[in-house]
Amino acid sequence: MTFTGLAIALLHNLFAVVMLSSIFSLLGAAVYVALDAVDVAFTEAAVGAGIATVLMLGTLALTTSDEKPARPLQVLSALIVVTGTGMVLIYGTLDMPDFGDPAAPIHNHVAPRYLGASGEEIGIPNVVTSVLASYRGYDTLGEVFVVFTAAAGVLAILGRGRRPKRRPKRKQNMKEISS
Amino acid sequence: MKEKIILRVISKFLIPYILLFGLYVQWHGDFGPGGGFQAGVIFASGFILYGLIFGVSNVRTAVPSAATRILLPLGVLGYGLVGVMGIFKGGNFLDYNVLAAAPTGGQHLGIILIELGVGVTVATAMITIFSTFASRAELQKPRDEER
Repeated sequence: MTFTGLAIALLHNLFAVVMLSSIFSLLGAAVYVALDAVDVAFTEAAVGAGIATVLMLGTLALTTSDEKPARPLQVLSALIVVTGTGMVLIYGTLDMPDFGDPAAPIHNHVAPRYLGASGEEIGIPNVVTSVLASYRGYDTLGEVFVVFTAAAGVLAILGRGRRPKRRPKRKQNMKEISS
Repeated sequence: MKEKIILRVISKFLIPYILLFGLYVQWHGDFGPGGGFQAGVIFASGFILYGLIFGVSNVRTAVPSAATRILLPLGVLGYGLVGVMGIFKGGNFLDYNVLAAAPTGGQHLGIILIELGVGVTVATAMITIFSTFASRAELQKPRDEER
């Protein structure tokens, strides 16, 4: 994953960058499977490696597939910002509990109740689904609204693809009027 | 990519199975990994593959833009309606316990219904976004050639 990330940063051909980011997502999905988070891996593989790649390729078809050459000053300032943010993030991870630590807060807050009681309360074998759809129903409703808003926004900005039909009609009308 | 015969044959063979797998993930989400989001994306990816190989206009004949425009809010509304049904039956918003006679049965019914809403909205949103982008690109191509 590190190599893919470095290659994405170094390459200038955006087509190759899109392909590499798809590979990055696929590797991420493999990591999720290794961590036993099958539902997340599923989403990552489908959305990150599949749909996002197709959408970025569509954007490339609309714009250009080559990166603009950056000025040295921009490169330097970007490097400073990235290193600064990275150091702050790494400093933040120092406070986190060890990986797989059973005493970590995330395993002791609501997780035991969900794991223990969802069998009787919801009656569904997949606890992930019962948390997502029932215990956290509001959040999922919000997520669906996000997806809906994204599609509505794309429709509002890029139109409905009707334009090629309309334009010739107008021209015909103009000709009829002028003749 | 219409002239690539290998892509045409393989994708024609794969698309029904992709759609079938999407439906399986949709209805099997309470027993195994999966659910509305994943199912919607997989179902949409079948149509997107079809659009990539056979052209966007064919996708638009299979799924007219009027249909996606109706189904897109219908999924969200269905989700919200299940929540409001909970209020009408005497519970809280998005309380599935009251939907059926037994609480677990109500939970099961509610989860299946809202997952259906999620799946419908996600699938149509993905198809809508893809086809608007792609039809835009197809619009631009002839203009570039004119230049």
